[in-house]
Amino acid sequence: MSVIGSPASRAAALRVHGGLGRSVRDSLVVAKRNLIRMIRIPEVVIFGLIQPIMFVVLFSYVFGGSIAVGGSTDPSTYRQFLMAGIFAQTVTFATAGAGAGIADDMHKGLIDRFRSLPMARGAVLTGRTLADLVQTALTLVVLAVVAVIVGWRIHEGVLKAVAGFALLLLLGYAFSWIGALIGLSVRTPEAATSGGLIWLFPLTFISNAFVPADNMPMVLRNIAEWNPFSATVQAARQLFGNLPEGYPVPAAWPMQHPVWASLIWSVLIIVLFRTLAVRKFRSATA
Amino acid sequence: MPGAIYAEGLVKTFGDVRALDGVDLDVPEGTVLGLLGPNGAGKTTAVRVLTTLIQPDSGSASVAGIDVLKKPDQVRRSIGLSGQFAAVDEYLTGRENLRMVGQLYQMSARDAKTRAGELLERFDLGDAADRIAKTYSGGMRRRLDLAAALVVSPPVMFMDEPTTGLDPRNRQGLWEVIQELVAGGTTLLLTTQYLEEADHLAHDICVVDHGRVIARGTSDQLKARTGGERVEVVVRDPEHIAPADAVLRGFGKGTSTVEKHTRRVTMPVSGGAKLLAEVIRELDGRGIEIDDIALRRPTLDDVFISLTGHAAEADTDETDETDETGGTNKTDETSKPDKTGGTSGEPGAQQEVTS
Repeated sequence: MSVIGSPASRAAALRVHGGLGRSVRDSLVVAKRNLIRMIRIPEVVIFGLIQPIMFVVLFSYVFGGSIAVGGSTDPSTYRQFLMAGIFAQTVTFATAGAGAGIADDMHKGLIDRFRSLPMARGAVLTGRTLADLVQTALTLVVLAVVAVIVGWRIHEGVLKAVAGFALLLLLGYAFSWIGALIGLSVRTPEAATSGGLIWLFPLTFISNAFVPADNMPMVLRNIAEWNPFSATVQAARQLFGNLPEGYPVPAAWPMQHPVWASLIWSVLIIVLFRTLAVRKFRSATA
Repeated sequence: MPGAIYAEGLVKTFGDVRALDGVDLDVPEGTVLGLLGPNGAGKTTAVRVLTTLIQPDSGSASVAGIDVLKKPDQVRRSIGLSGQFAAVDEYLTGRENLRMVGQLYQMSARDAKTRAGELLERFDLGDAADRIAKTYSGGMRRRLDLAAALVVSPPVMFMDEPTTGLDPRNRQGLWEVIQELVAGGTTLLLTTQYLEEADHLAHDICVVDHGRVIARGTSDQLKARTGGERVEVVVRDPEHIAPADAVLRGFGKGTSTVEKHTRRVTMPVSGGAKLLAEVIRELDGRGIEIDDIALRRPTLDDVFISLTGHAAEADTDETDETDETGGTNKTDETSKPDKTGGTSGEPGAQQEVTS
């Protein structure tokens, strides 16, 4: 029998899946595709690792001796303080990966292919962000090992540490949805990469990630304390037991309740940017 | 009853460009419609509307009897799309690509696997099945893209310039696949810039230009509109041009065309091969030596020129129709310099435009 002709043989193959089941299944199919790509293009993962490792080393040894936290100028105190900041900054780099990947798919016509298929509408983006989550988790593991090597320790037990990493991953997942929206909105993968990175620098530096916000001018200090990014950094620090003794916790609500603030911010970002990105996807054209 | 592909009054604008300006289509089940036109004519936009990728500003359309605007998800179950640019993931193997597409068509993982195997064999990709698509040649990628569009043997297929950029051997192979598809009952909408391709594959042809269908009919009907056949004579001796012209005028109906530098005389005629024999006898009788003589039927190229006043591939004043985001500052890379008459525009055709 002819392999390509016979439309009659087709209908049997098409099982209609329910809404949620189809979404999950299609997302996993796309996630698998993106993970295979990561394995076949390992440079992307490797470069994604080099930068945070460089930051750990540079901040620890270059700035470490000069930055006082909680009244202590001991470099090892700063190293404990620093790691949650580097971890958090690292997870936000998922933005650039998701953005560049989706822009590349648009550019190559793959998004058109996906959009012409009877698949769940959000699955292309969900699959991409899930794959990025896996990559982010791997990066965090390697980075944590490096951090331990330079002297970083957890002090509140494994469970809390795991909770800290979970909040970091959730933040990374949320930011990859921002990246998805950027990727759908620009014309080239290159634009998506820089568009995914430039605003991350002010966002991660006007925060408590690398230095305490106390010494910043009032305006910046307020921004830093309400910055979604700071909430996760503060939460991770608390859960890792990395807040130096005598470190004054700011009075702002997110700093007083960092775990809740981190959760709320991340979920808000996911809901908002997922909605925008999926809407954009429906009308996206290369 | 409307056909397997049906569209009425489709309008789509991008900024100032009316990519579709009231397009009606009706493709009976199991037939091939060739959408023929230059770059920027609106062919791709039409395909994108019918395959649910973009929404028209106005108009309605149905595919396989399903409303494209109201039930896009159901339409997607019944169509296959093979694009201008081979849309396969270059870091997946051929097999992985087809399995992924199968699963996204909601086939079970096992069915998708079986189907991928079948298609890889059918499209001569068996040996390359487990290599990543980045290592494939252009022709292989195109075959993989087409295989992806055929994973569920959809009853309706859309192929947007399937053979653009392919070498003759691959083009021939693709034509055979298309003919096999149609023999199996698939309805196909095919866009092309190649007149020969539409002539060869399509039952019906719609000629589009500037977002409008400017002519439709079978290849023969369109050719008949252009004014039928003509005799072309190339004489050996330039001195013989005038006497040959006189002979042809005795047989023709209309105005002859003389091209001095190629020593070619062309005359619209009717009467077919029998007339050709008479012309040869008459020329021979008067001692006119000829290098070449032929009875030419008009090509679709002639049709296009007579309908639009320009050759099919010589459209320069359109923005790239694939730019859907508003037509801003993207230049049309594909248009070629305007060449009036075109290479394949026969000298006689220009006259027929005005008649």
